Amino acid sequence: MGRILEINGPLVKLELPETVLGEQVRVGRLGLIGEVIGRDGNTALAQLYEDTAGLRPGEVAEGLGWPLSVELGPGLLGAIFDGVQRPLQAVREQSGDRMARGVAVPSLPRDKRWRFVPDANRHAGGALAGGDVLGTVRETESILHRILTPPLMHGELLELAPEGDYTIEEAIGRVRLADGSIEKLRLFHRWPVRTPRPFKRRDHAVAPLITGQRILDTFYPLLKGGKAAIPGPFGAGKTMLQQQIARWCNAEIVIYVGCGERGNELTDVLEFMPELKDPHTGRPLMERTLLVANTSNMPVVAREASIYVGITLAEYFRDQGLDVVMVADSTSRWAEALREVAGRLGQMPVEEGYPAYLGSRLAAFYERAGRVETLAGAHGSVTLIGAVSPPGGDFSEPVTSHTKEIIQTFWALSKELADARHYPSVDWLESFSGYVGSAAKWWAENVDPNWESARAEALDLLSASEELQRIVNLVGVEALSSEQRWTLEAASLIKEGLLQQSATDEIDSFASPEKQYALLAAMLEIFRQGMKLVKLGAPARRLIQMPVLAQARRWKSQHTSDDIAALKTKIAAIPGEFDKLMLEYEQTA
Amino acid sequence: MKNIEFRTATSAQGGLLVMGGVPGVAAGSRVQVRDHAGRLRSGLVIRCADDAVLVEVFEGTDQLDLERTWVRFLDEPFKLPVSRDILGRIFNGAGLPRDGRPPIISGDRRDVNGEPLNPAARAYPREFIQTGISAIDGMNSLTRGQKLPIFSGGGLPHNRVAAQIVRQAKLLGEESSEFVIVFAAFGASHADARFFQESFAESGVLNKVAMFLNLADEPVIERLLTPRAALTAAEYLAFDLDYHVLVVMTDMTAYAEALREVAVLRGDVPARKGYPGYLYSDLAEIYERAGRIKNRRGSITMIPVLSMPSDDITHPIPDLTGYITEGQIVLGRELANQNVYPPVTVLPSLSRLMKDGVGKNFTREDHPHVASQLFASYAKALEVRGLAAIIGAEELGDADRRYLEFANAFERRFIGQGEDEDRSVYETLNLAWDLLSMLPRDALIRVSEAELAKYHKGVTA
Repeated sequence: MGRILEINGPLVKLELPETVLGEQVRVGRLGLIGEVIGRDGNTALAQLYEDTAGLRPGEVAEGLGWPLSVELGPGLLGAIFDGVQRPLQAVREQSGDRMARGVAVPSLPRDKRWRFVPDANRHAGGALAGGDVLGTVRETESILHRILTPPLMHGELLELAPEGDYTIEEAIGRVRLADGSIEKLRLFHRWPVRTPRPFKRRDHAVAPLITGQRILDTFYPLLKGGKAAIPGPFGAGKTMLQQQIARWCNAEIVIYVGCGERGNELTDVLEFMPELKDPHTGRPLMERTLLVANTSNMPVVAREASIYVGITLAEYFRDQGLDVVMVADSTSRWAEALREVAGRLGQMPVEEGYPAYLGSRLAAFYERAGRVETLAGAHGSVTLIGAVSPPGGDFSEPVTSHTKEIIQTFWALSKELADARHYPSVDWLESFSGYVGSAAKWWAENVDPNWESARAEALDLLSASEELQRIVNLVGVEALSSEQRWTLEAASLIKEGLLQQSATDEIDSFASPEKQYALLAAMLEIFRQGMKLVKLGAPARRLIQMPVLAQARRWKSQHTSDDIAALKTKIAAIPGEFDKLMLEYEQTA
Repeated sequence: MKNIEFRTATSAQGGLLVMGGVPGVAAGSRVQVRDHAGRLRSGLVIRCADDAVLVEVFEGTDQLDLERTWVRFLDEPFKLPVSRDILGRIFNGAGLPRDGRPPIISGDRRDVNGEPLNPAARAYPREFIQTGISAIDGMNSLTRGQKLPIFSGGGLPHNRVAAQIVRQAKLLGEESSEFVIVFAAFGASHADARFFQESFAESGVLNKVAMFLNLADEPVIERLLTPRAALTAAEYLAFDLDYHVLVVMTDMTAYAEALREVAVLRGDVPARKGYPGYLYSDLAEIYERAGRIKNRRGSITMIPVLSMPSDDITHPIPDLTGYITEGQIVLGRELANQNVYPPVTVLPSLSRLMKDGVGKNFTREDHPHVASQLFASYAKALEVRGLAAIIGAEELGDADRRYLEFANAFERRFIGQGEDEDRSVYETLNLAWDLLSMLPRDALIRVSEAELAKYHKGVTA
């Protein structure tokens, strides 16, 4: 038993010999929980996950003997946890609408019984290795929860319970370990959040993550198991874009970490998710979703922990052979929490007050993404999407610039586009994806062999129009040749008819890869047909008035992803529209 | 402990007092300091160990000595007595009366720091508030429980806009406002404070206002307490007494500067422009106290006023605020110079909660599309205006000239309105269609064809 020596904001100096760095401590009469971050002689320095007001020097403190860990087992899905995995719904039932301190509520419900079905291939007497599947629990209609052997456990399975209903604390089996001791197996186990969960080997990421957002899937694809960042100044639509991804992406599990963000945004997710259907299974979205919420007004140390809690949960589902997407909103707030604690520790600041280890911590965090072969031989992936909130929208600041070096897909949001209400405001010139080659294979096999060249053509058109726009801004549109004007118009068609996508429009909100490609092909077809005419001498002014241009801008919200046939009919009619004009100019030519 | 006065000060400097040898002092507890002349000051324990306790003195450490300074540790955080009687009263930044009337007597005293709301307990704001200002209602609407700051600059009429919102804000279908108002001024001038006082008096709502004033010439450290005291009152009115509370706070920049001043004294590591790294968390503690709670009737809607230093929206204060609040109303100097009131620069303005509070079932089915179309058309019109400035308006094509006219009409007629003009949201939307009708139908792709047929007044081409 130790005692408090000094209190300085969230940092508490304790007299607590023999404690281990990283160990959890319980401090004061309120029983506040924290983590040891330093030792000096007989004293230990701890950062607390809760507000320290009211603590006094001299009050008791004790080490708990384990590092910050999460509970992994049935009961995770559909829940909302705080930054140290306290279940917020249960906390509310116990302590009311406000976050009381020192509340001890187990992360997973203890009294709920789950139907456990043992794996048919597991028999008493067989060898058992870490990560092996013991059996399954149907946690929600859409997700079959595989009960895993704790990763570091190896031995002989002595006994496995028959099918039946068990709470997570009841034994469902016994194992004899290598040293001869016998351990019980339960439906859940614990894992320390700052240690990546082990796997057999890393695999190549092969399939794109389909988000249904055209600018993302078609232009800057992300693979399952990949790493992406969404930087953007405030008001650029970062939150909306992340919610769209969480809502529509074709992952099996979505983990949304609200790290230092707005309370109402999480409420929004909590309220709308249960009403929405998973587009891939037709089940309520909440069944595949898990929220970790440490809002901006909650204690800063727990904010630092929250993204590790999130990624550990993601790895756990990956180890069950599932494709998981984790959205971290926002990594900047996490970095700021790091900075705040570093500042109180008196560590030497480098850039903008951030500690020198910012870059290495960020890199280590993003490295926990990936597609892997699990210990049990299955394939699972964690796709990591980190939002970045650069101060003043300046992408050269430390968090954005470090992140940019680490990730493969960069969805840069632009304030200018957002101001003109061009959503999603992903800037097609600043963004990049290192996965285009791999994605191209998938699109060629599954959608259309011409995907890669069509994508490149559209991007060329967009960048050409950027050049032309600069000229227009100087001397006016009249100074352009007809070809140039038509290029400008076609680029604007692509922006409005393809890139712009309304999250609130029922039809436009999600576009299947087939619809995305059909629209892309349609816009390019219009461009090529028009260009043919322009080369024959038709003035662009005339072409721009063609009704098909205004119509094509509306197609995205007129045809659902199931209704591609009707869209294709319209596309097939495009040449006909231009042929009428063609007659005129062929005669004069 | 509460009754013992310690005389163990070991150092005093720049608002901070170090006390030696006072064991067992609670972190964050309030202290009372008595100086050699017998004057009382108040302060807060910000760091404590057995051998030294660091105290922040709100009134500053001027004229303190070490030998004749007595300190009493009150063993509790700063608390505000709350009761229904706070309405109609004026307090200082620490919650003591400054209107010459007796203090509030109540057994119910609340910690001004509040406790963070459990995210699972929040209810999402959805009720549209009509402010009667077109630029807000039409394009950046406010909902009950939202925090929507006004980003402004020196010399711009942010106070008049805030006062107009307070006067006119009501739910659709209501005759008059059923809000009570909590007004907090920190670092504000006497003139500003008087302006609001008079504005409340004129509209006859003085008995529905609780004011917390810490003016520009009053102690800086007390500024850190002012918004917290005001919000404690607001939380009590909203969640204990079921009132809908409108909180107006001015000026957040003065608050952040006070925070920086104190942080520098404490020796905190600076992040950007000398502001401490925890500025974001600290602002969030204030802003996030707005909102609604499940199963409670009341709500807190917050309109903080913030003057952007040198009109720079990327300055840390507006920047961090924008990341926390649910949008922002930006006032612009250019419009103000052209005598447009309210000078709302709509493009950088935003309401994040608008998507869930307007449209069918809330205002009118075309509202979201009309707003989006106005944004797009006005953005395009500004491009044209930029071009016209270079090549001359005469050189513009016919279509572009229409945009130019649209931009002018939009600024004069839609954004511009009288300070007492209270437009209903339907008037605002109809006005929007009048203006959109100046543009060709084909250019309006954000509105549906059905809406065009129903509302567009112009010729087809």
